Amino acid sequence: MTSQVSAPQDPTKAPGAPTIAVGSRSQFVNAARAPTGAIAGSSFTPLQDLTGTITPSDLHFEVNHGGVPAIDPARHSLLVHGLVQRPLLFTLADIKRFPRVVRVCAIECAGNGSLAWGGGTFGKPDPGLTPQQVAGMTANTEWTGVSLRVLLAEAGISSRAKWILAEGGDSCLFARSIPIEKVMDDALLAWAQNGEPLRPSQGFPMRLVLPGWEGSTNVKWLRRLELGTRPWMTRWETATYTDPLANGTARQFSFVMDAKSIITTPAYPETLTPGWRAISGLAWSGRGKIARVEVSSDGGLSWHDATLQEPVVSKAHARFTTMWRWDGSEAILLSRATDETGYVQPTRAELIRARGIGTLYHYNPIYGWRVMSNGRVFFRGDT
Amino acid sequence: MIRHLVLPAIVLTGALGCRDKATRDAATEHYGLGRPATSAEIATRDVDVGPDGAGLPPGHGSVAEGASLYAAKCASCHGPEGQGQLPTYPRLIGRDSIAEGFPFARDPRLVRTIGNYWPYATSLFDYVRRAMPQLQPGSLTDDQVYAITAFLLSRNAVIASNATLDSATLAAVKMPYVGRFVADDRRGGREVK
Repeated sequence: MTSQVSAPQDPTKAPGAPTIAVGSRSQFVNAARAPTGAIAGSSFTPLQDLTGTITPSDLHFEVNHGGVPAIDPARHSLLVHGLVQRPLLFTLADIKRFPRVVRVCAIECAGNGSLAWGGGTFGKPDPGLTPQQVAGMTANTEWTGVSLRVLLAEAGISSRAKWILAEGGDSCLFARSIPIEKVMDDALLAWAQNGEPLRPSQGFPMRLVLPGWEGSTNVKWLRRLELGTRPWMTRWETATYTDPLANGTARQFSFVMDAKSIITTPAYPETLTPGWRAISGLAWSGRGKIARVEVSSDGGLSWHDATLQEPVVSKAHARFTTMWRWDGSEAILLSRATDETGYVQPTRAELIRARGIGTLYHYNPIYGWRVMSNGRVFFRGDT
Repeated sequence: MIRHLVLPAIVLTGALGCRDKATRDAATEHYGLGRPATSAEIATRDVDVGPDGAGLPPGHGSVAEGASLYAAKCASCHGPEGQGQLPTYPRLIGRDSIAEGFPFARDPRLVRTIGNYWPYATSLFDYVRRAMPQLQPGSLTDDQVYAITAFLLSRNAVIASNATLDSATLAAVKMPYVGRFVADDRRGGREVK
């Protein structure tokens, strides 16, 4: 890689490059997702390489269940049918004629944090995990679309409709059942992200955005909405995306993502030098605004409030920061989020007590970073 | 922002007694967008199957037919005995006696096979018809989907090895652990659930 990187000794003594059609990152920046390469696979957002609150579209994590389809928007349409007065077909051009809503919110996969949980082997979480590996299935962007209730009013919703099936136009016809209350609350049919048309891996030409709800319900490549009286019990709301609990049951339709936070720097694999430095991280809640983020440098013995960057947006990533002077002795940095409902991000031990070590999805334990006396930083998931 | 735009419009309406009929607020107005969908267009896409059997198509398939179809269409990824290839292709077949207490949250090694975990047999038909085989999705006939569903349910000790499935018999299949699935009771606030 270094051989491809070149810059003049003094850039002020040579003409710069001319303008170009599509910009790219500096040759000195290597931020990239980490794709698994599988058709049914994922790629994680590099949280340690980002700051602020907005995730660049091309670094927004992906989870695909049937690969990324190549869809010609001229041949794509959205069917709305079932318990409606008028079954309708909408083209992308039709959708763009509706009133436009712009909203910033986070999307987090229900499985975010599975690598850091360490449940599959009863083991302790691996200390060699980056923020990307620990929590890289969350991203925060600005969506443009039409309010789903406005779109559905066009078809006329029957009072008998209680659930809606959202189906994608990918090779697995990915489908999830959504309660009508969410549709009437804040659901969006989005066709743009960060000011440009959706990217293919984010659902081009149109997708659902359900603020605060687990990523898989934000169905991409949307081609069909059917209104009905009960959920359809698709594979992805029965065999997967259900959460086994310690009492011998499994929680189903566990849509909302609970409050969570992670320090994105310092983090593995950084090496620190003594002195003052900024601690920076992200916090978010599917239930509303983040009210508070506390940081500890002694493994949770004492906590103090970090500064939240304004504006704090509901159901979106909030950036927190605090200054810390490292004195060269071993330290454990932790962050703990509280949302506006009063929910406090639990420790891993509290989550295991409530759900069991073998639970799946909705992992939101307090995460930490262990700073060794030689300055090396390792993930500390055992909280 | 919407409130700021709406308020002046209301004031104007009241003061002047008239309003621009060509503009509307983003409320529940109808805009006349989209076009009616024909029954044929709906039928082409309406492939879903409900837990009550609604949407199951005509046709039928036996466990024996499913066995040869599984070997031809599924075994290359999921294994000849349905054992799967992790992490990409899940294990399909397995009815472990330890699953009777549904201890998945206590024992992460227990695999969520069809027989150990899936609450509805209709989900299996629906998923195979939607998505399988992964490299030729949508290529199976409805009879073939019934047969593969029958084979997998039989090997998971849910139905008999000489069974044939159609819309009525599949809708009547009760999965062993359907009663273990519960609604989400998290509501925010102090409690960790």
